[in-house]
Amino acid sequence: MYRSHVLVCGGTGCTSSGSQQIMETLKTEIEKNGLSEEVSVIQTGCHGLCALGPIMIIYPDATFYSMVKVEDIPEIVAEHLLKGRVVTRLLYKETVTPAGVKALIDTDFYKKQHRIALRNCGIINPEVIEEYIGTGGYEALGKVLTEMTPDDVIQCLLDSGLRGRGGGGFPTGLKWKLAKQNDADQKYVCCNADEGDPGAFMDRSILEGDPHAVLEAMAIAGYAIGASQGYIYVRAEYPIAVERLKIAIGQAREMGLLGKDIFSSGFDFDIDLRLGAGAFVCGEETALMTSIEGNRGEPRPRPPFPAQKGLFGKPTILNNVETYANIPQIILNGAAWFASMGTEKSKGTKVFALGGKIHNTGLVEIPMGTTLREVIEEIGGGIPNGKKFKAAQTGGPSGGCIPAEHFDIPIDYDNLISIGSMMGSGGLIVMDETDCMVDIAKFFLEFTVEESCGKCTPCRVGTKRMLEILTKITKGQAAMEDLDKLEELCYYIKENSLCGLGQTAPNPVLSTLRYFRDEYEAHIKEKRCPAGVCKALLSYRIDADKCRGCTLCARNCPNNAISGTVRNPHVIDQDKCIKCGACMEKCKFGAIYKK
Amino acid sequence: MKSLEELKAIRERMQSQVSMRGEDHSHTRVVVGMATCGIASGARPVLTKLSNLVQEKNLTDKISVTQTGCIGLCQYEPIVEVMEPGKPKVTYIKMTPEKAEEIVERHLIGGHVVDNYTLSSSDIK
Repeated sequence: MYRSHVLVCGGTGCTSSGSQQIMETLKTEIEKNGLSEEVSVIQTGCHGLCALGPIMIIYPDATFYSMVKVEDIPEIVAEHLLKGRVVTRLLYKETVTPAGVKALIDTDFYKKQHRIALRNCGIINPEVIEEYIGTGGYEALGKVLTEMTPDDVIQCLLDSGLRGRGGGGFPTGLKWKLAKQNDADQKYVCCNADEGDPGAFMDRSILEGDPHAVLEAMAIAGYAIGASQGYIYVRAEYPIAVERLKIAIGQAREMGLLGKDIFSSGFDFDIDLRLGAGAFVCGEETALMTSIEGNRGEPRPRPPFPAQKGLFGKPTILNNVETYANIPQIILNGAAWFASMGTEKSKGTKVFALGGKIHNTGLVEIPMGTTLREVIEEIGGGIPNGKKFKAAQTGGPSGGCIPAEHFDIPIDYDNLISIGSMMGSGGLIVMDETDCMVDIAKFFLEFTVEESCGKCTPCRVGTKRMLEILTKITKGQAAMEDLDKLEELCYYIKENSLCGLGQTAPNPVLSTLRYFRDEYEAHIKEKRCPAGVCKALLSYRIDADKCRGCTLCARNCPNNAISGTVRNPHVIDQDKCIKCGACMEKCKFGAIYKK
Repeated sequence: MKSLEELKAIRERMQSQVSMRGEDHSHTRVVVGMATCGIASGARPVLTKLSNLVQEKNLTDKISVTQTGCIGLCQYEPIVEVMEPGKPKVTYIKMTPEKAEEIVERHLIGGHVVDNYTLSSSDIK
């Protein structure tokens, strides 16, 4: 029995900022103070506030310490754990009020969140199955196997309105129903943990923070469709997630929650891991299955759909990690409970990975229908440095951007599609006035060109041609005809590509063209980058009236492009200038400007 | 796992521990003075006793046991304060693990303040 639990985040974000050393120092200090019998140190998954890591929460009083350093540990142990005095300077700033310490759930970051998929992340130790069971884990599986028929399970999911969280938004219950209808001697349940969108990391956080929830849901899926084998396809670049999954599968097998005759129901189910080598296309369902089969990960035409002929030619369902993480809660709390959250056609919650120009970088789970404004201004804490919001990018390289005019749009599947973006897996990158939209589109195209598997021509050649045009535009070498050609290519690639990768690859270009055509035109007609990003189109100049001739810029120029004598205005040699901006950063008189 | 009963047994064993990590500040708080004065007069065994009893009796969803610093009445340490929502604070003085057990039984579970041990019943007025 411990009187206090110290939870240290062991997610990827906090691990990379040193939470493992913090754990070790904490244990040594606790030992030194003779508190080993009273205080327990627990490693958890991600709390969401990755920007403030490493994060530590001390229960029962739920004190939230952020940006903890190894040097702070002796103080925390001696003051907080021994004497019960909160170390105020380390508290998460949002929780500190003149009236005392505010509960974490009352802070702007957590207040509007509703955690279902992330409910155990940051609460339980993911490497101890008993902790998962202590929060009601595996009860949904028990209920399904002892009280429900496979049809009941599928009906429950249909009624809940749960849609695929990987991006497509296909109704999960319907997917299961189709797979159940197809008779076969063997069926498969797969989990898509090949999270590839740049900036999205909710699947990783769920696997790291609550791996058993995914295992439990996959077993439920196996029972519902009549499958006895599951595969989790997870990227090898997620070492912590892989490790915790291995531990979780081992513990579940040992307890008989995976394996033969689970809960004496006669139902057998087991799960194996397959590691992906990180190709973006392997997140596409047919390519993913081809990769599990041991072949080169390339997509194939659909139909036949996986529910008819999937893995090894057998009926297969494939769901995303976040989708699975919702399922045990739906079974336990009922379809009506889940359907009571969200909008008419998008039920429940969605996890978003906030990134880019925003204060609270991290992971948030919000009810569907929350507006973009609430997410960015309230939960995300707004845009740093007093800059103005320009657009939010959702759906990664398959999605598009949401401009300021749609700031109040309730976020759900259909609304995002109607404005030319998509939910995607939930990456949400915030951009301010200093981001160039042509450059953003180019960035995503570079990614797609790199990741195109090369099987079909529209995607392999088409995206390459698109990137060439975009590069020309950012260099100021394009003509207006290029813009028309670019748009034409977009529609051609969308219609003719084999798989989702190619079909959605033009989206970043299409949506930026739709909302920021003026920026494209400024690049082409005026040879100017309005945001001051595209290097070829800007030059650094020195304002002779403001320059005091301090020589600081000349001394800091890495290419000796600045000349001038002391106390006389300096000049930048435009032929030598590499546009690194070092001079502008160093100038104390604001004499250097971009043009 | 062969039966739901097995699962339930594990859950019950773990529940009181995991539910300590809730954030409901509307529940009863039991606070033990753990400054130098408190520790010197034996507050730690009192704190562990209280904490263990609350967990053993599966009360962590309603009651949290925490420490605090010196409240200025050092000669009456170990001091335990019980703060129930909507009720006046009760301050127990000169606690021992045995007295703490009595407080859990009679006050926290039974709902009756154990008058003999409170500050208001002692000599200082």
